[in-house]
Amino acid sequence: MSELSDLYQEVILDHNKRPRNFRTIETPDREAKGYNPLCGDKVAVYVNLEGDRIVDVSFQGAGCAISTASASVMTEALRGMTLAEAEALFQSFHKLVTEGPLALPDDIDLGKLAVFSGVHDYPARVKCASLVWHTVRAALENQNKTVTTE
Amino acid sequence: MTTSNREIVRPSRSEPFDAATLRARDFPILNQEIHGHRLVYLDNAATSQKPRAVIEAITRYYEHDNANVHRGVHTLSERATHGYETARARVQAFLGAPSVKEIIFTRGTSEAINLVASTFGHERVDTGDEVLITGLEHHSNIVPWQMLCRARGAKLTVAPIDQRGVVTPEAFAAALTEKTKLVAFSHVSNALGTINPAEQFTALARERGIPVVIDGAQAAPHLKIDVAALGCDFYAFSGHKVYGPTGIGALWGKAEHLESMPPYQGGGEMIRSVTFEETIYNTIPHKFEAGTPNIAGAIGLGAALEYVSAIGLDRIAAHEDELLQQATAAVGALPGIELKGTAPHKAGVLSFTLAAAHPHDIGTILDQRGVAVRAGHHCAQPVMEFFGVPATVRASFGLYNTSEDIEALVAGLQEVVKVFG
Repeated sequence: MSELSDLYQEVILDHNKRPRNFRTIETPDREAKGYNPLCGDKVAVYVNLEGDRIVDVSFQGAGCAISTASASVMTEALRGMTLAEAEALFQSFHKLVTEGPLALPDDIDLGKLAVFSGVHDYPARVKCASLVWHTVRAALENQNKTVTTE
Repeated sequence: MTTSNREIVRPSRSEPFDAATLRARDFPILNQEIHGHRLVYLDNAATSQKPRAVIEAITRYYEHDNANVHRGVHTLSERATHGYETARARVQAFLGAPSVKEIIFTRGTSEAINLVASTFGHERVDTGDEVLITGLEHHSNIVPWQMLCRARGAKLTVAPIDQRGVVTPEAFAAALTEKTKLVAFSHVSNALGTINPAEQFTALARERGIPVVIDGAQAAPHLKIDVAALGCDFYAFSGHKVYGPTGIGALWGKAEHLESMPPYQGGGEMIRSVTFEETIYNTIPHKFEAGTPNIAGAIGLGAALEYVSAIGLDRIAAHEDELLQQATAAVGALPGIELKGTAPHKAGVLSFTLAAAHPHDIGTILDQRGVAVRAGHHCAQPVMEFFGVPATVRASFGLYNTSEDIEALVAGLQEVVKVFG
């Protein structure tokens, strides 16, 4: 059985309280919205690109601690990445929260994203962590639609 | 092991009401630990747990009596029919309905409301007419009427709630117009626990000749229902919220309406005779029960109603009210708590938000301590929108909850405040 502190790690509580890059970008190159109709979580993601590199990424929205922290940590992780690197990180993060840390190859360094290792033990909360990632992926793929978890 | 020879102790009015005893003796599911803690089940407004008497009634039916109803001449079919029709009579007694013919088994409250909307509603509501509901409704008492209004070119109107989560008789009366052809409201709000003055609302509608549909899903486990005294035209409730199985519920309707209404669905059971040219429908209530019904479910529901009636709904209501007072005071005293729904008359529901934490985080932390609550919009998004929140935490009480359960809830919330504070 997992401990509550595995889910609500200090980093998550901190990013929930003081979310980074919690702002809009006036004229973003890419943007998308995400919505979880089951719990009412809403998120909007904004991205600026130079070539295929992410130079700025931010978010707005209202949600639980897991979804807010996931969005905040994600914006820090993606800044400076190429589209291909972002897609690879999406795949790793998705595996982390749906299958757990043991499902990932040893050589993958998730950096700060590793604080979401505990989410996998809480199936009802996986969508809280992954919604913003699906949303940024839609933005990067230039899909102009609202992503929903359902 | 067969269950049939195990003795079931049944509750009775002669024994003093003791929730802890009922919990330990009658509700096997509650005798377990969740994450190493005693299970504290406070999600009764979503669904209630089932007493042994219900579980065993269903098992006994399948082990001894299972057959199709109203069809065979063999013994099992007669027993199944008898069990099914006895359950109908229990529903009749539970609702205070004048006739057993007026009880239609449905899958639950939603199906019952859909039945009324798509038969009675379609005949009564026309272009330009209005259907009135209240700001408190569950989606299942909004969407069927919306669908009806769209199909008929009518308008759905809403009697508003105030900051306490109350629809006052004045607000209700003001929302009734000359165009109102049908009124539907919940007896008890699922999201906030508000008890509507159902008799008063019904009288206001009937003075104007408007038929009334009451959604009793949340009332059935908490209030003594008497449809004759209420004066309404239809009353719907679900089995699973009143300690019965899921997938079964009932609609009561006045015989005069049921006789003249068209059928809801076509199929077996609802017919008297069929040729390729013409079908003659069965008499009520069978006209509205197409297909093989949920026989085991009905028998389980009958056992549940027998169970709560044996304890006494008045004693259950008094006990739950004590719990609600205790919880309201203790939870309300925590820092950052905002209670949603502060009506003077409430049944079994405490809905709230906490400044520091989102309802889903609260739900997860409480679950880790064995406390089951609902976190979300409670299928009542307009109520959430009224209070300007995406979701609330809802603790809802049943006959087996105890003071100890409320203490566990409060201790869990104190931990939430500590983690997120």
